[in-house]
Amino acid sequence: MEPMLRLEGLKKSFGGLRVTDEVSFKIQPQEIAAIIGPNGAGKTTLFNQITGYLAPDAGHVFLQGQEIVGLTPQTIVKLGVGRAFQIASIFPDETALDNVRVACMSKLNQTRHLWHPVEKFNRATEQAYAILESLGLEGQADRMAFELAHGDQKLLDIGIALVLEPKLLLLDEPTAGMSPEERQLTRQLIKQLWHQYQLTLIFIEHDMDMVFGIAERIMVLNHGTLIADGTPAEIRNNKEVIKAYLGEEA
Amino acid sequence: MVSSSKYKFGLLWSVGFVAFALVPVLMTSRYQMNLASHILIWGLFAVSFNMLWGVTGMLSFGQALYFGIGAYSIGLFVTHAGKSWYLTAIPIGLVTAAVLSFLLGLLVIRVSGVYFTMLTLAFAQLAWQVTFKWYDFTGGDDGIQGIIPPGILSNKMIYYYFILVIVFLSVWFLKRLAYSPFGLILRCVQQNPNRVRFIGRSVKMNQLRIYVISSVFAALAGALMAGVDNSIHTDMLFWTTSGEVILMSVLGGINQFFGPFIGAVILILLEDLIGAKTEFWPIFLGTIIMIFVIVFPKGVVGEIRHLKHRLRATDEAGGRHGTHASA
Amino acid sequence: MDVYFIVTQSISGFTMATLLFLVASGLTLIFGVGNIFNFAHGSFYMLGAYFGYQLVSVWKVNFWIALVAAGAGAGLVGAAAEFLFLRRIYGRAQEGGFQILLTYCLILIFDDLVKLIWGTEYKSISKPPGFEGALRFGDISIPIYNFAIIVIGLVVVLAAWWILSKTRPGRIARASAVDREMLGSLGVNVPLTLTIVFGLATALGGMTGALAAPLRSVTPGAGIEVIIDSLIVVVLGGMGNFWGAWLGAVLLGEVNAFAVAYVSEWSTLFSYLVMVVTLIFKPEGLFAPTRLRKV
Repeated sequence: MEPMLRLEGLKKSFGGLRVTDEVSFKIQPQEIAAIIGPNGAGKTTLFNQITGYLAPDAGHVFLQGQEIVGLTPQTIVKLGVGRAFQIASIFPDETALDNVRVACMSKLNQTRHLWHPVEKFNRATEQAYAILESLGLEGQADRMAFELAHGDQKLLDIGIALVLEPKLLLLDEPTAGMSPEERQLTRQLIKQLWHQYQLTLIFIEHDMDMVFGIAERIMVLNHGTLIADGTPAEIRNNKEVIKAYLGEEA
Repeated sequence: MVSSSKYKFGLLWSVGFVAFALVPVLMTSRYQMNLASHILIWGLFAVSFNMLWGVTGMLSFGQALYFGIGAYSIGLFVTHAGKSWYLTAIPIGLVTAAVLSFLLGLLVIRVSGVYFTMLTLAFAQLAWQVTFKWYDFTGGDDGIQGIIPPGILSNKMIYYYFILVIVFLSVWFLKRLAYSPFGLILRCVQQNPNRVRFIGRSVKMNQLRIYVISSVFAALAGALMAGVDNSIHTDMLFWTTSGEVILMSVLGGINQFFGPFIGAVILILLEDLIGAKTEFWPIFLGTIIMIFVIVFPKGVVGEIRHLKHRLRATDEAGGRHGTHASA
Repeated sequence: MDVYFIVTQSISGFTMATLLFLVASGLTLIFGVGNIFNFAHGSFYMLGAYFGYQLVSVWKVNFWIALVAAGAGAGLVGAAAEFLFLRRIYGRAQEGGFQILLTYCLILIFDDLVKLIWGTEYKSISKPPGFEGALRFGDISIPIYNFAIIVIGLVVVLAAWWILSKTRPGRIARASAVDREMLGSLGVNVPLTLTIVFGLATALGGMTGALAAPLRSVTPGAGIEVIIDSLIVVVLGGMGNFWGAWLGAVLLGEVNAFAVAYVSEWSTLFSYLVMVVTLIFKPEGLFAPTRLRKV
């Protein structure tokens, strides 16, 4: 079976610093994978290269067999890669509903309409509400996005990504800044979304409960190198991984 | 929620329309009607300008170019082709503005921020220079006089109502635009252009669209202005004209749809008041506006709204009433 | 087209370029270090011209002293404007728009102020004694004053380059990029620095205005043309690119000089044409950016 995502020998340097060092791995369709590693390991940079925000110096990225290195972020999005950002990328001065609704209308190619008010577009509105519901945000639909709690903003970010019906969803630290209760809720939510939308999911996380809780596969990055790649049980006992974390952590 | 603010809106619209409609009836001198004409036209100009700035985040310092095209289209046709061309000149002016803004737009959206602002300024000034120097064709610094609307429109009062209707229809159109999907995507372009690309939309195409639309309405305002004082002048293309709509928008509040219109009312009345007292009114005006902008960054309408929010005790932080109405 | 013509026009163009560069560099300086776009920069140029007029033509002060004094005067006004008004909007949302707004108000105020104080007739300053004539090289005649301008320009450029590359304040200015917070964390007194930089830049602009005054008449409203010329220079050279601005100024000065000779009235059109072409094909600037300073 063709892997959903395949990285081959990805390399990137900034000045003399090697931030991505020959990274290769395969992700199967509908797998849930986590990427972990100490701060500065190059995790977000890896995401940036997969989604087209950053061009790698060398190597390949294949999405369902198609090479996507060199394509624009817009194109890669249209090919089915969704992304949520470390700092929630939303429209702060619009309502939560409109944040998602604008994405829906974009998918339905309705953003050129300039006469009827947004509320009249029923299909987009319903789709937007559905997404908000699946995120537990329907109660905040009419609140301005900048007023939402930090964690809810991150969920909204994910919601916008989901509108475009991605096959592959990349989440960058989805529970960062959340309280333990929020983390648990988000954990369940993400598992639910994964099932509901039949996603292939890769997330970057520092929260080990989340990582070991829902990931079937864990990849460990340190100084740009993939030092381990396996099941949670394998990673837990991996000496390299333990060294990397204990060595770096305060 | 939506219906109550719609009701409020409908009320404000009607009150506004009636107020302006009553001016010729209640006025004690022609001058007041003339002033009201200016307010209506500048109000339209400012609102159309703010679609670029407040809504989409594009601070153009060159809308005078299109204002001038609208006015000079009539002036030049009437002078060189004959008075019967007055009404035909209007759509010709609008189409010219549309075409020019499209071509120029392609160029100026290649840059952003202060660069964009200065570039729009530069092109408008170029147009001013050309018009100023081409005395034989445009009358240069003398301007063009004797621009009288044809038929019943030559009556000042009927022309006033003509302006009133067109301005209201135009502002209504722009308001619908502001609340439409297109308006939404424009606001998103301002708030997070990267994310707009991420949902599959082109930032530049949307910027171009609103640039053309805004410029066409600026031209319409210019065309209406030609018939108010029955004369046009190169000052209409001068950069200070572009500056006026910027000032009006800030005074009224760039984040409110009607802000610029209110700003137009305030600025025109202020200029009238201070101008009557001293020849050196720009000094006072400049100082007043500067202090105002520092103290009241949200503009008159914005600050009033903000105050209402603060006074209203809410459980949720902020509120949705009123914010829905802002564009 | 003969050699004499080319040489005369080239020198004339170079003189223009020097003036253009002096103004544009003041603008770029404030923008590069403080992230402030001084839309009113041309007004300080104009103030400098008027101060120069007052000092030289009315109070009969020595020209060269007046030059420095006019610059200093403009600089003081600039620093005051920054301190009193611009400072209040730092850090606001959509600060760029407010910058333009406030500086626009400054233009309105200054334009009218000079009318109030000096009236609306054109004023003039004579060239300083000893510099009225022209140097002759065979059939080529070049005004001495032009040389003075070029020399002064070179001195300023070299001084600026030296300060930026060799001194600590200069290196801080180069490293600061656009981040005022970063400046603060380097231990620099940010508000004071901004006021000083603003004052220096406007002083430079004012001095240039006084310097250019003997070549042109002193009028209100000169400011906006200056700003647009500076804009064209910066488009050609690339925003924030010091040497690019210099090359852009040279290009613009020369284009102008030759265009004036051929199409006189419409010479400005040529400048715009060059700018448009640059924007279409190379919006980041004509000259490969050797960035001394990030913007």
